[in-house]
Amino acid sequence: MAALPRSLVFGGLVLALVAFAALFGPMLAPYPYDQMDIMARMTPPDAAHWFGTDEFGRDVLSRMLYGARLSLLMGVGATFVSLVIGVPLGLAAGYHGGRVDEVIMRAIDLVISVPPILMGLLLLSLSPPNVWKTAAAVGIIYVPIMARLARSVTLEIAREEFVLAARARGERLWYILAAEILPNAWPPIIVEAALRVTFAIMLGAALSFLGLGVQPPSSDWGLMIAEARPFIDTAPWVALAPGVVLCITVIAVNLVGDGLREVLDPRLRKGRG
Amino acid sequence: MLAYTLKRLATVIAILAVMSVAIFSITQVLPGDVAHMIVGQFATDDQVRAVRGRLHLDDPGHVQYLRWAGALLQGDFGVSMMMDRPLGPMIGEAILRSAVLAAISIVLVAAIGIWLGVYCGVRHGSRADRVISVGSYFLISVPEFFWAILAIMLFTGYLGWFPSTGYSPIGEGFWQWLQHIILPVATLVSGLVAHVSRLTRSSMIETMQAQYITAARAKGLPENVVIRRHALRNALVPTITVLAIDVGLLMGGIVVVETIFSYPGLGRLLIFAIEQKDLPLIQAGILAVTAVYAVANLAADLLYAFFNPRIRYGRTAA
Repeated sequence: MAALPRSLVFGGLVLALVAFAALFGPMLAPYPYDQMDIMARMTPPDAAHWFGTDEFGRDVLSRMLYGARLSLLMGVGATFVSLVIGVPLGLAAGYHGGRVDEVIMRAIDLVISVPPILMGLLLLSLSPPNVWKTAAAVGIIYVPIMARLARSVTLEIAREEFVLAARARGERLWYILAAEILPNAWPPIIVEAALRVTFAIMLGAALSFLGLGVQPPSSDWGLMIAEARPFIDTAPWVALAPGVVLCITVIAVNLVGDGLREVLDPRLRKGRG
Repeated sequence: MLAYTLKRLATVIAILAVMSVAIFSITQVLPGDVAHMIVGQFATDDQVRAVRGRLHLDDPGHVQYLRWAGALLQGDFGVSMMMDRPLGPMIGEAILRSAVLAAISIVLVAAIGIWLGVYCGVRHGSRADRVISVGSYFLISVPEFFWAILAIMLFTGYLGWFPSTGYSPIGEGFWQWLQHIILPVATLVSGLVAHVSRLTRSSMIETMQAQYITAARAKGLPENVVIRRHALRNALVPTITVLAIDVGLLMGGIVVVETIFSYPGLGRLLIFAIEQKDLPLIQAGILAVTAVYAVANLAADLLYAFFNPRIRYGRTAA
């Protein structure tokens, strides 16, 4: 195995840090995320509060550490939903062809015919919001991308001799899909999934920012930025801290995605970098 | 070209018909009783019954849908529950204001993105190219709502150049209008321009290696003519596709940007509708957005077919 691309290593390190914060954040946080201190409202960063406090005197650093878990859950949960629904649909469409393919692809065209954030608004508009609903909605929004990708990969693999051999042996449909096709289809799907996590984090944060995701007093990064909006003149740190962390996370996931693609796609390794 | 256009137009109409059913059923089927949701949990039974009557919620679903869709076809968008005003003009005005934002943004995204992409693609590997590539990586990675916050901090808080909220009609003075629109547009553009520039760059690099480019150079043509007349036309075909995708992203971005800058467009109207649980407004608003998006996609497909004859004669990708 050749040396890992630098982007993968660097992005991976940052992501490991975020994952660490997501796992152990509540233990590392100097204060509980919802502990108010009316006497210390909107204090600038100092020794007691490294990233300052917000309009209720809550510690921004602690809220960010708790928020890491929510943001990552949102990204990973949504990607998981889109994989679980999208990949089987794509496999079925690609392998079966014909009418099954037609029906699945037309349904997918429909989901795509609404821009992502608006699909989120539509799905979340009337029921009381919570984290899981938002993650599920974001996952549904990304089902078409996963399904299309799985379908195109399946179309290629289904023509391979080992699949024909399995059919000739009289293997069952689910066996062919799960044991013959899926193991060969997963590399591009994994790369796409890694990238989807970023988009899901960003979309989830945007939905939370619009009030359709995580609800107060929880401390999702998008929600923190939304709550800080009225005070950005007087207390910019409350919005800056979660915003910068969100950006760093997104950049890290992008780097990992690029790195993975380089490792898994041999064409890119030789061709233009 | 005409047959292709008609076929694509039929697809758009079909999509809108099915989407209207989907939007209607999603808003009806979603967990929770709509009437209860609207009047709140402390409402009396009478209030709930009144709302159910006003929205005809006791009719069977398909009757409700047909009544709604039939009225829509006659141009009647229904009446907002919260404001008791007809939705048609309200949505129309809001769409117009959003369209101004969107049009200015997408033109700037295309112009700046293509220019940057060509600039970097021609000089790929140079220092300028690397700086811009790293910069565009950041542009892509920062969510719109955070760009907006940064822009407000810098231009409103620190420099005090532009107001951070509100809207001023162009009739009341161009400068005022421009001041209110500049930050929202800048936010939208900064999020999308990198998509276009990155794709144009790689497509340009590929095109510049083609044999007909070498031939054009060998003919003794100056480099800028080679680029403008020979390379650009082919390099820009994929750019059109990404611009179409960007229109979709732009419409999502507009919701966020309008909310942050209190810009009275369709996006903010939708968020308001959702906050107020104004069901007719939500349904009509989302359908309006879908329609605009479908038409934008249609335009992109036609442009694409215009530039790339293979599409016209091949199988129609529905």
